[in-house]
Amino acid sequence: MKQLLILSGKGGTGKTTVSSAFIELSKGHAFADCDVDAPNLHLVVSQMSDPIKTDYFGFGKAMIDDSKCIHCSLCEENCRFGAIQDGAVGIYECEGCGVCLEICPVQAITMSDYSSGSLMLYKNNGKVFSTAQLKMGSGASGKLVAAVKKQLVNETTDAELAIIDGSPGIGCPVIASISGVDMVLIVAEPTISGMHDMKRIIDTAKHFGVSCAVCINKFDVNPDNTKEIENYCTGLAIPVIGKIPFDETVIKAVNRCQSIACYPDSPAGKAIASIWINLYQNYLGGGAR
Amino acid sequence: MKIAVLSGKGGTGKTFVSVNLACAAGKSAYVDCDVEEPNGHLFLKHDITDRLPVSVTVPQIDANKCTGCRKCVDFCKYNALALIKNELLIFYEVCHSCGGCILFCPEKAFTEKEREIGTIEEGISGEVAVLTGCLNTGEVSGVPIIKGLMEKLPEQGTVVIDCPPGSACVVMESIREADFCVLVAEPTLFGVHNLAMVYDLVKLFNKPFGVVLNKCLPEENPAEQFCVDHKIKVLAKIPFNEELGKLNSRGLIAVRENRQYQELFQRLLNTLEKEAVS
Repeated sequence: MKQLLILSGKGGTGKTTVSSAFIELSKGHAFADCDVDAPNLHLVVSQMSDPIKTDYFGFGKAMIDDSKCIHCSLCEENCRFGAIQDGAVGIYECEGCGVCLEICPVQAITMSDYSSGSLMLYKNNGKVFSTAQLKMGSGASGKLVAAVKKQLVNETTDAELAIIDGSPGIGCPVIASISGVDMVLIVAEPTISGMHDMKRIIDTAKHFGVSCAVCINKFDVNPDNTKEIENYCTGLAIPVIGKIPFDETVIKAVNRCQSIACYPDSPAGKAIASIWINLYQNYLGGGAR
Repeated sequence: MKIAVLSGKGGTGKTFVSVNLACAAGKSAYVDCDVEEPNGHLFLKHDITDRLPVSVTVPQIDANKCTGCRKCVDFCKYNALALIKNELLIFYEVCHSCGGCILFCPEKAFTEKEREIGTIEEGISGEVAVLTGCLNTGEVSGVPIIKGLMEKLPEQGTVVIDCPPGSACVVMESIREADFCVLVAEPTLFGVHNLAMVYDLVKLFNKPFGVVLNKCLPEENPAEQFCVDHKIKVLAKIPFNEELGKLNSRGLIAVRENRQYQELFQRLLNTLEKEAVS
């Protein structure tokens, strides 16, 4: 199964809009949302049955047994995260490293399981959709993303392509989502922020040796910047595989829990459909249809 | 007053609101905590006064002392160490800098070294003091940079903290010092869904907060409905218009370009000051 990952660097450029349209257009059987700390794809993929939800245990959290503690403060002095104060562990600071357990002379500290989010699996009509929701303020987002992808691969039997919606940024969830994918499609936006962030996500994808392509969303908002994006990509031999115009139908579709692909005659719907065909036939090894 | 600006969803206008708030306030500070994709500097175009590297402490091994006992490999919860053909490998990208391997090696074969993961830049743009963090590409965690920024927050005056998207640890670190949180929401179902998440986050951390409705269209606004349903104070409504979109796409600051926006953000500041003391 090939894996296509949609990224952008900057948030709000249209990752989920593009992903959900591709899922609809490809009649895809395998898809995932790796934006675990602000997932939205489940809101716009066509009706699926209720998900199977499992608690996800990331790193544990240290627990101090007051009855055993001799207040030697060795744990406090050796915790690099400043997570132990006055004999109490701060659950948001503790990263579950286990130094305190090992250093405690009276074995007063244990590691307790800590659910850092929920893993969700939707499965029906031969479709598999893997997603998750990170618990507020949690730090194990990269591990949860890896679990989302593992779940997708384990549960899928016969899909030729997996479509994966990514998260903004360039840090741990993004890096975890890049691992093992065949191609990254970057949704760029012709604003000064969108361009800056596109360059950083291209660097990140290159750092991990994944090939990428770019599509430009709301390209008509600033034609000069669009031209600059095209020139930049050409310079790096990164294909720009299509441009999507600004179209209020996108907002309407989202607010009706629909993909823009459900509006095939809209300007944005048309553009995304042609991007999909280009991507599928020329970059993902799909035959002419 | 320290104001954190956050949103859950990306692209709702956190940087737009943050930069404009700081500029409307006159003498103030703008702090960019979205260290993975910092954008405030594209608008403020500050003169850089200082540039500091941010490093984390990581282990390095003395291969002559290592006996291959695997104690460190077994200890490390992050799989940052591996023993392959009797050679100890360290994967710095996943190291959390807990220091366990250094502490517990029976041969004392580790020493510490500093590894640069990004930078903090200080500068000035008009009357606005700028602090901006930037994570190097390929690095996993911006948390140490955000912690570095938090240590440098000015104590006095208006401080605007531009937060990363999402609701994970990086957002929590960014709002830690805030006196008031501004949640920026856009009028889409995605916007509402992610507003609900940061709403839970600020409640969890007991921060006073209010919502700025951005990109408002004449049609029904699901984000506004969410505020009504949950009795959340709407601090300001910013219309969707082409002028703002164009200014933003070119990296221009609305309050510096147009009096009308100076007044809008000045009103927002006044509201914030009232809300923060109440």
